Amino acid sequence: MQGFLLSLFPNVLSKLPDFYESINDTLIMVGWSGSISFILGLVLGIVLTVTKKGGILQNQALFQILDKIINFFRSIPFIILLASLIPLTRLISGTAIGVDGAIVPLVFGTVPFFSRQIESALAELDSGLIEAAQSMGSGPIEIIFRVYLKECIPGIARGTTITAISLIGLTAMAGAVGAGGLGDFAIRFGYQRNQIDVTYASVIVLVGMVSIIQIVGNTIVKKNSH
Amino acid sequence: MIIFENVSKSFESYGKTVEAVKNVNLQMEEGKIHGIIGFSGAGKSTLVRMINLLERPTEGKVILGDTEITLLSEKNLREERKKIGMIFQQFNLFSSRNVYENVAYPLKHSKMKKKEIQDKVNYLLELVDLQDKSLAYPSQLSGGQKQRVAIARALAYDPKILLSDESTSALDPQTTKSILKLLKQLNEKLGITIVVITHEMQVVKEICDNVVVMENGEVVEQGDVFNVFANPVKQITKDFVDSTSNLSKIHELIEEKVSITKLKEGECILKFTYLERNASEALVSQISRRFNLDVNIIFGNIELIGEHPIGGLVSIVSGEAKNITEAIEYLRNKNVGVEVILDARVSA
Repeated sequence: MQGFLLSLFPNVLSKLPDFYESINDTLIMVGWSGSISFILGLVLGIVLTVTKKGGILQNQALFQILDKIINFFRSIPFIILLASLIPLTRLISGTAIGVDGAIVPLVFGTVPFFSRQIESALAELDSGLIEAAQSMGSGPIEIIFRVYLKECIPGIARGTTITAISLIGLTAMAGAVGAGGLGDFAIRFGYQRNQIDVTYASVIVLVGMVSIIQIVGNTIVKKNSH
Repeated sequence: MIIFENVSKSFESYGKTVEAVKNVNLQMEEGKIHGIIGFSGAGKSTLVRMINLLERPTEGKVILGDTEITLLSEKNLREERKKIGMIFQQFNLFSSRNVYENVAYPLKHSKMKKKEIQDKVNYLLELVDLQDKSLAYPSQLSGGQKQRVAIARALAYDPKILLSDESTSALDPQTTKSILKLLKQLNEKLGITIVVITHEMQVVKEICDNVVVMENGEVVEQGDVFNVFANPVKQITKDFVDSTSNLSKIHELIEEKVSITKLKEGECILKFTYLERNASEALVSQISRRFNLDVNIIFGNIELIGEHPIGGLVSIVSGEAKNITEAIEYLRNKNVGVEVILDARVSA
């Protein structure tokens, strides 16, 4: 087995600790920035939904401002965002390099996208349900938690799956600030040094991660659709 | 008592102001079933949504009992809404919750204990005859069953008023009947005031005590169902009456010159309608005997509103002209509406 692997992935096996570390870095980046983005994106998506015209807490000014800010951040290519956020990153994480330095830009790159995903998931809700909840005496907070969030779990799970997978893609670029991770590992060794087996190995691990996320997402969707 | 005082509601839509409800004054008695009938766009839904303030009137007051609901704060309004149940055409059940959880929705976070909620939900499900479906999800239910769940949910807080917004319009005739029957039972059993919006005359006939006819945002006729439908004044009310009766079909037949409408000499076509709750006398045989007339009934449409028949007959009457005239007089004195539709009487 060892021999077989050695013949297939000679360059990977020669730097196995580095390979493991890059997997670990990817997981840390996806885990942290994913969790932070999930909460921020969820909040922003809800705020967008309820402040929209006809929403339960209609507030045109707040909606317009938020809408424009999200569009602004969504239009900046991630690699440019990564560089231009360096001062802010340093302020928040204390460093602008390494895994810690990547989390802030990853959050900035993910939240706007995810909040749009949430917004569109919540828009699926039949307005009749809100009316029914109101007629039963539910207030805005109750409607958000007991109607929007509860009824839209499948849509939210789908949006989260898509976002998490695209977040893995973004982490590859975080290598530009020395954050490491699988994508960076593949570029440095597989591409720049032409060790093609490193690229293959990285891709195999990434495919595994994406599949797991997709399976978990699908299971949640299935469990919550009636 | 639900009271509307000079209530108007206008919307801004594409820069234009649309007056959905215009200066409505209404009083709806407690414990009765009130029907609001009108074609779509007549303002019925808006009017009813001003009872629980899902729509806020632009002008006027809405008073429930002794509470002027239009003056309540958001928080008090939410408490007040719990005493007003509402059901909808599209049922509006929570698809992520099963039947039990749907009915329990309004009771959660109330002061009730878990056991009390359980008992209450089971009682409500029994009331609508769905005990065995408590674990089913809405997608597994038929339309009628969904509406029953919605009714149980609307009754969770023992409301004094139940608003029904076209609640049977998405259902087939059989199911419509059973839902209407259920509403009637609830009204009798719980003494709950029910306000029913509909565009179907059948619904009003079936269960309502009072009716409000709306057109273009205005209330054009209102009152006791029998009186309004026995003596419709406005054209729209007449149209609704005609929609469930075939009496006006005679005009079409005459226009199409169907053979039955070709009268012989001495005959005429008369339309008799009930104007009062007096249909117990055998008037047709009476005129035929007293005035020596032959009465040939071509259409009949008689229905019961409450326990009183409403509707009438279209018949060909033949006999001496003088006798026919006397018979008409006689019937009019008995408070039967008589309309001469086609006349071929021979004056002697």
